[in-house]
Amino acid sequence: MTTMIHVENVAKAFTLHNQGGVRLPVFDNVNFSVAAGEALVLAGASGAGKSSLLRILYGNYRPTSGTIAITHAGRPIDIVSAVPRTVLDIRRRTLGFVSQFLRVIPRVSALDIISDPLLARGVPAEEASERAKAMLARLNLPQRLWNLAPATFSGGEQQRVNIARSFVDPSPILLIDEPTASLDAANRDVVVQLIAEARAKGSAIVGIFHDEAVREAVATRYLDITDFRKAA
Amino acid sequence: MMTAQTILSPHPEEPRSGVSKDAPARSETSFETKPPASPQDEGCGETKPAYNYAYLDEQTKRMIRRALLKAVAVPGYQVPFGSREMPLARGWGTGGIQITAAIIGPDDTLKVIDQGADDTTNAVSIRRFFQQTAAVKTTEATDEATIIQTRHRIPEAPLNPGQIMVYQVPMPEPLRKLEPREAETRKMHAWAEYGLMQVKLYENIARFGEVTTTYDYPVLVNGRYIMAPSPIPKFDNPKMHMSPSLQLFGAGREKRIYALPPHTSVKSLDFDDHPFRIQSWTEPCGLCGAGDSYLDEVITDDHGGRMFVCSDSHHCETRRGQGHRGAMLADASALHLVEETKP
Amino acid sequence: MNAHVNADMSPLDIALDPQPLLSVAGVGRFYGERIGCQGVSFDLWPGEVLGIVGESGSGKSTLLRCLAGIDRPDEGEVLFRGSGEPLDIYSVAEQERRRLMRTAWGIVHQNPRDGLRMDVSAGGNVGERLMDRGDRHYGKIRERALDWLSRVEITEDRIDDRPRQFSGGMQQRLQIARVLVSEPKLVFMDEPTGGLDVSVQARLLDLLRVLVRDLGLAAIIVTHDLAVARLLTDRLMVMKDGRVVEQGLTDQVLDDPHHAYTQLLTSAVLSV
Repeated sequence: MTTMIHVENVAKAFTLHNQGGVRLPVFDNVNFSVAAGEALVLAGASGAGKSSLLRILYGNYRPTSGTIAITHAGRPIDIVSAVPRTVLDIRRRTLGFVSQFLRVIPRVSALDIISDPLLARGVPAEEASERAKAMLARLNLPQRLWNLAPATFSGGEQQRVNIARSFVDPSPILLIDEPTASLDAANRDVVVQLIAEARAKGSAIVGIFHDEAVREAVATRYLDITDFRKAA
Repeated sequence: MMTAQTILSPHPEEPRSGVSKDAPARSETSFETKPPASPQDEGCGETKPAYNYAYLDEQTKRMIRRALLKAVAVPGYQVPFGSREMPLARGWGTGGIQITAAIIGPDDTLKVIDQGADDTTNAVSIRRFFQQTAAVKTTEATDEATIIQTRHRIPEAPLNPGQIMVYQVPMPEPLRKLEPREAETRKMHAWAEYGLMQVKLYENIARFGEVTTTYDYPVLVNGRYIMAPSPIPKFDNPKMHMSPSLQLFGAGREKRIYALPPHTSVKSLDFDDHPFRIQSWTEPCGLCGAGDSYLDEVITDDHGGRMFVCSDSHHCETRRGQGHRGAMLADASALHLVEETKP
Repeated sequence: MNAHVNADMSPLDIALDPQPLLSVAGVGRFYGERIGCQGVSFDLWPGEVLGIVGESGSGKSTLLRCLAGIDRPDEGEVLFRGSGEPLDIYSVAEQERRRLMRTAWGIVHQNPRDGLRMDVSAGGNVGERLMDRGDRHYGKIRERALDWLSRVEITEDRIDDRPRQFSGGMQQRLQIARVLVSEPKLVFMDEPTGGLDVSVQARLLDLLRVLVRDLGLAAIIVTHDLAVARLLTDRLMVMKDGRVVEQGLTDQVLDDPHHAYTQLLTSAVLSV
């Protein structure tokens, strides 16, 4: 199996300069790999740094030390030291992030939000629109909402738009942060299916799942973050 | 324009004419005349006002000629010059008069037109000014003139090689209304950044369906400089193109001289799909019947009577002299508005 | 949104550009003893959007003026690779610099009055750059002006109105159309949403976002509004006292700020 993520000696600490320079260590000496088709679920108590690690993998947080090789276009690239435009290219083509919250862009309809990543990858507009509609239907989003901007949607509706956007054309690597937090059981099952389908297509998945049942259904492997807190 | 015809006479006062009578004698030997009359000239020099030939002193004329040479060398480029005080107000043709004064010699024959007419106040006054200060022959006949000073028109009769047109220019900078900063307009000329001029024409078409500029219509000279042709009607613009005569432009108040050497390309600005067009009239000249000249509307009575007549008075007279008769010539003669010329 | 444009200038290719569009090295400008900006260096690639943030007086506008060819920096150089050879914009003749500014570059001013001709109709404002470069077909110029007005959401019937008759938001959109009509490669924006009320801002921001993406524009945007930076920019430079204190990917800088000043800046905002 192709290794998609290879994490080596990653440490993270926050230094709050405006609060007396206090240093908040999160974890230290993190090492792991994720292969294509695997689903690694991050475990550990709340505040252990699961979300921080996920953000580091995405290039959103910068680790204090260590390297993270992401297999991008067939070769490993260290996302920690990559220049911004490389990071953006990795995100565009290889690395997807499914967060709890949808960053709402004013005036853009749900349908456009979902077809956007397809268009960016060169899918013709018509096909992109069809696939976006199919995804929204699958996630049971009422059709009357499709052409509206999600700013006024409920939390659960926004979240489904977000999930649809991420899974309409799953990236080779998917980082997933509590995607089912405000979903009902039916939609939760759809998300589990979507993850399984993505994995079957070869996506490597790293996720945080609050819901025990979802976690069990998704995980092929667990990683307990608490193990890395010792020396930090 | 009423103002043009109510111009106060700029001609010199009586004592000056005495001097100008001597002028030919002094200037026979060379084009550049000697300094003003010295006391031994007539023995009573102290009491005579001492004007130089053609009013301006020789150094000033040289300065103007240098500017003219530069202007001819760079067609359409505005050359700054040290505009002098003249015995009439700036804005009344001082730029043209200074150019004429700098190029005129005793062998010249001068024609002056204002609004196309030889007999308007300003034309008469300027003609008399040069008769008295330069002792030149004057004429109303276009083909006889060696220098034609003009305001508002180019004669209808084709110009000949060797003739010089002198234009009086009130506003030499074609970009001024669009860009008030002189430093900026100079850069725009220097680098031929002329998009803005085209914007002005665009605005006209957008608002009125056509370019509404009818006089002082901007032209591109020699494919390089955009030039204000002075307030001639756009009807006259094509006459400047490849003209065999030398054309000189003087702006006294704005202190600029520019020129078109003979056979220079002069293109009126336009759009491909809105080509430049000159004015046209539905009827010919009421007096001479000309169908191809620039016409003025003349009110003939207080009952709404009117007719259209050639703005070029000499052209009209010449045609009448050749036997051309317009539809209203008889009426106009009866009213003593014109003398009927015998063929 | 124009999907085809976007697909054609696929971001995949943009990332492969071997040469930066703009290379800035050691740029500094001083006002006597006082530092306007100093030691600024960065590369900007085609299609990248760089934000410059900082408080009033941090030197961000001074820097933008140096980069945009308006004010000559006292030290450093600005290289532009429009086509072929890199051009040091301050060593080329003023003529060339002006030509560049009218064709390959665009500047969107904070105050639309600085970027528009207020006495010229909307169509004339948009058409000027086309006429600058020699377009002489009225019908085609007008067609393109109409196209651009619709892209910035100004209705066709306003084409012959003057900017004075427009609201502030419309004026700003008109200014954007005027700049983008010549398809510049690089656009400088100085607080493009400053002075507009919030709802108008949102519309303008979304419009800019779509245009920048669809046209594959590179842009440098000066703003003090971190939300604007978040929405529009790929990269961020944080300035303080004329110097760049932190730079990187926009979300990195905003979500995990390392410099004390950036932490202060991000924590001072309610929610970005």
